[in-house]
Amino acid sequence: MSDLGHVLILAGGLSPEREVSLRSGDRLRDALQEAGVDAETADADAALIPAIIADPPDVIFPAIHGACGEDGSIREVLALLGVPYVGSTADASRFAFDKPTAKAVVRSAGLLTPESVTLPRETFHDLGASAVLDRIVATLGLPLFVKPARGGSALGAARVLTAEDLPGAMIGCFAYGDTALVERCITGTEITVGVFDHGRGPEALPAVEIRPVSGAYDYAARYTTGQTEFYTPARLPADVAAAAADAAITAHNVLGLRDLSRTDLIVTGGQVFFLEVNVAPGMTETSTLPMALEAAGLDLGVACRDLLCLAAERGN
Amino acid sequence: MVASEIRALFAVAARPEIVSLAGGMPFIAALPLDAVGEMAGQLVTDRGAVALQYGVAQGDAGLREEICQVMSQEGIRAHPDEVVVTVGSQQALDLITRIFVDPGDVVLAEGPSYVGALGTFTSYEAQVVHVPMDDHGLIPEALEETITRLAAEGRRIKFFYTVPSFHNPAGVTLDAGRRARVLDICQRAGLLVIEDNPYGLLGFDGEPLRALRADDHQGVVYLGTFSKTIAPGLRVGWAAAPPGIRDRLVLAAESAVLCHSSLAQLMVREYLATQPWREQVKVFRELYRERRDAMLESLTALMPGGCRWTRPAGGFYVWLQLPPGVDSKAMLPRAISSRVAYVPGTGFYADGSGADHLRLSYCFPEPDRIREGVRRLAEVVGAEVELRSTFGAAPRPAGPVTSRPAGMTGPAGATVFHNAVSR
Repeated sequence: MSDLGHVLILAGGLSPEREVSLRSGDRLRDALQEAGVDAETADADAALIPAIIADPPDVIFPAIHGACGEDGSIREVLALLGVPYVGSTADASRFAFDKPTAKAVVRSAGLLTPESVTLPRETFHDLGASAVLDRIVATLGLPLFVKPARGGSALGAARVLTAEDLPGAMIGCFAYGDTALVERCITGTEITVGVFDHGRGPEALPAVEIRPVSGAYDYAARYTTGQTEFYTPARLPADVAAAAADAAITAHNVLGLRDLSRTDLIVTGGQVFFLEVNVAPGMTETSTLPMALEAAGLDLGVACRDLLCLAAERGN
Repeated sequence: MVASEIRALFAVAARPEIVSLAGGMPFIAALPLDAVGEMAGQLVTDRGAVALQYGVAQGDAGLREEICQVMSQEGIRAHPDEVVVTVGSQQALDLITRIFVDPGDVVLAEGPSYVGALGTFTSYEAQVVHVPMDDHGLIPEALEETITRLAAEGRRIKFFYTVPSFHNPAGVTLDAGRRARVLDICQRAGLLVIEDNPYGLLGFDGEPLRALRADDHQGVVYLGTFSKTIAPGLRVGWAAAPPGIRDRLVLAAESAVLCHSSLAQLMVREYLATQPWREQVKVFRELYRERRDAMLESLTALMPGGCRWTRPAGGFYVWLQLPPGVDSKAMLPRAISSRVAYVPGTGFYADGSGADHLRLSYCFPEPDRIREGVRRLAEVVGAEVELRSTFGAAPRPAGPVTSRPAGMTGPAGATVFHNAVSR
């Protein structure tokens, strides 16, 4: 066993991404144990704080996806408890988790990101959905991509080809959150780039190219083995691959992220567009970050053990 | 297995923070667990050499005698030789389907129908054709019309699957008059009836209804279970069938599991022989009646206009129709976020329809939790109605489009649930 002491992985939570998080937590625990770390998982529920107070872990690895895990709240609580943890601070997580905010921040740093509008459901109610949607289509054109402003795993997200399909997509989106992000849909090569900081500054992992068999990288395509083809490294010209790596590192830096992140990008015409960033990337069997680590010649357990060591040294 | 958003949501629904009106778990805590534990311990001590040994595929003879006594409560006069013990009634359903169904064969079932049965039928590549119900259960005329239509189309119907009492998910019961008509229609068509009756003894009003098999020993296979009257963890169910089918069931059971758990069978046999099981069923009935009342009162007090629901006279479930345009599957994430869970209606139709309904169960949560769950659900439905109103008659964002109205629709577009509560 390592000298890290007692390591706790937080997994579960109550968001719709609970199942994914539990799978991430289990895989991370197994990988860490193989790397000699005495790690166990715990859920984020009413038993958590008493358990941490009674037996404080030396360091925590948050692997809760979606709200609570990525919106900064659980990290705020960990800070209150004075327990070191891997990953971004609560403030940085909050900015990154809110997709419109993250887009605005990275755009100010010079990255490209699809043109979009962000609107709460009340706006549609108060001003009339039809008028607002007409204006969106007139301004952004078609196709569009609708997704909750906060959340992940493509839950509530939909690609919209016609104006007639837009109201249904909005309803599906608002089932997962009260604010919608409607983006101009850019057709291109979907890639995702992991960023790891082993203490030498953030470094980009090889980009992973995503080719869903059905054409849509939806929930089923993300978490069902065989429903998506992944190419690691992505089949990109060297200059584009370098631009993608730069974009991921830029996003990581300007959003003030720490230790690890994963940035989703789309490449078209040699240009790289930022879509969103994740501060608690998936670690499941079909998740891309472990694939990227493997492509970089890194072991998931060893790489995450390094992050735990850095966090333990850093303290809270 | 394909990852699904619905399954992901149910992973959250299992958490104690969520009021789950979704699952159909019996309230086992109401059993005299200390007495059951003592009985089980004694059984192993005294008769462990038998209880832990192989048994015969048809099931323990003494248990089959006890099962005949249980079925007599519903008017069935059966000989123990007619009974095959199975791993819950679900295995009986699987074996029946395995015996009778070839890929492409038609199985008739009520619309909506028990999701576990639909899964079994689908796994054997049966084509499920739904027959509508109303608040008195299956509509006999619709059954007759469906049989006639399918015959004219040259399609082969293998059997009619029905849950006549306290239906899952619809909560309705086939009334006595219709039972005779349904049997007559099936007899004339030469159609085997599979009577699935897990809730028959859990009626809230008066004596148990007479089972279909009580009036047709040759044309009805009866499926029973102790999952609701004792405990589902025992996994003891049975089929009562005519000799020809019984023999094939025994062979199929032998092929599937060699023999059923002797320990579980002897526990049930001992429980029936030594414990006041009829009194315990009354305890369950009263407990579930109280919970049903809590749910119905809360629904009446809280649900927004446009909702309608059934008033079950037994069993575990209320079947709720949502206001026009509201989609139960699409609404589920919002419900989970609001810490309440239900089962979307789409699971109860083989053709993916049913999005305008949802199933609520009242069997497991305490009455106060049921009231809180309904309060949360009412808010969710209200918000969804407002959202639908905002975006107009938007197409449903999830689930296949169906060629006929979803839900319990009559054969000629008849309005159903005439007596159902509506607000």
